[in-house]
Amino acid sequence: MTTPVLRLEKVRKTFGSEVVLEDITFTVPVHTATVFIGASGSGKSTLLRCINLLDQIDDGQILLDGEDISAADINPDEVRKKLGMVFQSFNLFPHMTVLENVILAPTKVQGVAKDVAVDEALELLKRFGLKDKADQYPDRLSGGQQQRVAIIRSLARHPRLLLLDEITSALDPVLVNEVLSTVRDLKREGMTMVLATHEMGFAKQVADEVCYLHNGRILEWGAPSAMLESPSRPETKEFLRRVHDAGRL
Amino acid sequence: MKKNSGRGSFEGATPSEFNSGYDFGGQWSPSELELARRQARKKKNQRSALIAALSSFLVLGTLVIVIVTSPGWETLRNTFFKWAYGVEVLPKIILGFGTNAMLTVIAGTSVALLGLAIALLRTSRSPALTPFRFLATAYIDIFRGIPMLLVILLVGFGIPALQIKGLTNNVLILGTLAVIITYSAYVAEVIRSGILTVHPSQRAAARSLGLSHFQTLRHVVLPQALKRVTPPLLNDLVALIKDTGLVSILGVTDAVRAAQIQTAKTFNYTPYVMAAIVFLLVTIPLTRWTDRMLRNSLEKQNAQGQA
Ligand SMILES: Nc1ncnc2c1ncn2[C@@H]1O[C@H](COP(=O)(O)OP(=O)(O)OP(=O)(O)O)[C@@H](O)[C@H]1O
Ligand SMILES: [Mg+2]
Repeated sequence: MTTPVLRLEKVRKTFGSEVVLEDITFTVPVHTATVFIGASGSGKSTLLRCINLLDQIDDGQILLDGEDISAADINPDEVRKKLGMVFQSFNLFPHMTVLENVILAPTKVQGVAKDVAVDEALELLKRFGLKDKADQYPDRLSGGQQQRVAIIRSLARHPRLLLLDEITSALDPVLVNEVLSTVRDLKREGMTMVLATHEMGFAKQVADEVCYLHNGRILEWGAPSAMLESPSRPETKEFLRRVHDAGRL
Repeated sequence: MKKNSGRGSFEGATPSEFNSGYDFGGQWSPSELELARRQARKKKNQRSALIAALSSFLVLGTLVIVIVTSPGWETLRNTFFKWAYGVEVLPKIILGFGTNAMLTVIAGTSVALLGLAIALLRTSRSPALTPFRFLATAYIDIFRGIPMLLVILLVGFGIPALQIKGLTNNVLILGTLAVIITYSAYVAEVIRSGILTVHPSQRAAARSLGLSHFQTLRHVVLPQALKRVTPPLLNDLVALIKDTGLVSILGVTDAVRAAQIQTAKTFNYTPYVMAAIVFLLVTIPLTRWTDRMLRNSLEKQNAQGQA
């Protein structure tokens, strides 16, 4: 069996006395998407931030391509070169144009020559229908466009694994679809991903595995159809019913 | 879409595009209602202008009359506003102002660099820099708390009193040094406040792109921080120009000192007034410009808030 891209083992995370993640264990094989669902505050963002080493875990292990990235002597900057992360709030750099946002990491971190980086960035922007926005500043873009630029910005670094944290929850329903279809394209092209989302329909389409996070624990997991249509735990049923009532299924 | 004025216009579809394809009955001309409204507005504006002119005339006129008819007016005019004498000493004062200008440029540049360095030290988190962080904090606390005049006296007269070989006795250099020391403390705090206002999520995004701590600072945090503190820093520049006049106390022949020398000769204070005017000629345009920059940057921030 080949080494999975990502493997978490018994990961625990606390903020002071509050236990936010407990006994988190899962595996993400190459070219697959693992989707985390769960109520607000269940720990989805914290989980993704821990994988990205933005937060430090308190116990357990995180393996990226078999390498223990939670080890004490690891250099987070080196690890993050392999990871792409997209946030709920886009976080584009407002003082840079779209193009400058996209080429920042390739030129400054990976040492790609500027003209090469620009060519590749324009290619990416074109592929996602944003080429005419290359010279605009982020505040001139719609939320959906900003989020797609954020995705492109993390793709420009050729990440091994993409972490997407509720990337549509700050968007109008109309704009959600353009962002989701971008992610579907990436999935089709074989990108390995871990996502947190409130969009159950979307989860069903892209996920190879869905995990239900409840108070910091993975209560239930499985194939999307089984998980979302016939969950076995009462908590999962209750959560899905509430999501359904909110019109997100 | 390129030169779109931004606010209010809706992405991809300007109102005219919405309307194209519909016929609204040919050429538009203002309705009776609109015409009446315009008329009324015009009248209102005229009345406002009239009131403003009248009130200015009354207030300023009264002021002038009160001053000119006061018993001391003759003496006042002869001691402070003897224009012929003023014009006579003006070249000396302008020559002196050259020193103020030079001091401003040299001190301004040094203060910018030193202030930035101190601000970076104070906001750094590296454990290796802990002693420097402590020193930076102490430095800021001390030099923001002492009147600048005292710092100038301490440096300008204190250092030569030490009689250390190799140390300069040049009052111009020592005076500049004193100004740099004091202003760096202020500017460091302004820059630091700018760094702190950059949202942590910007840092998180930069770090997750693989940028190192230093690269994040250099490419993401500082550009945004400095842009935000440019207007207050320009304010400090205006203050700096004025405060260079304080080094005259060390005997540096700047505009203030030049005026003082002339005044001492004749016991007429017009040279002081001339020096004040020279300073104003530089500081007022700079202040107006700063104001405009501040307004623009605020407007921009508000526009961003709407997006
Ligand atoms: N920096 C922090 N300090 C203290 N507590 C935190 C911190 N970040 C998150 N938490 C807590 O951790 C818990 C999980 O938060 P997290 O943001 O991971 O939830 P989430 O599942 O992403 O929620 P949402 O769907 O609203 O984004 C919450 O109870 C939150 O209060
Ligand atoms: Mg979250």
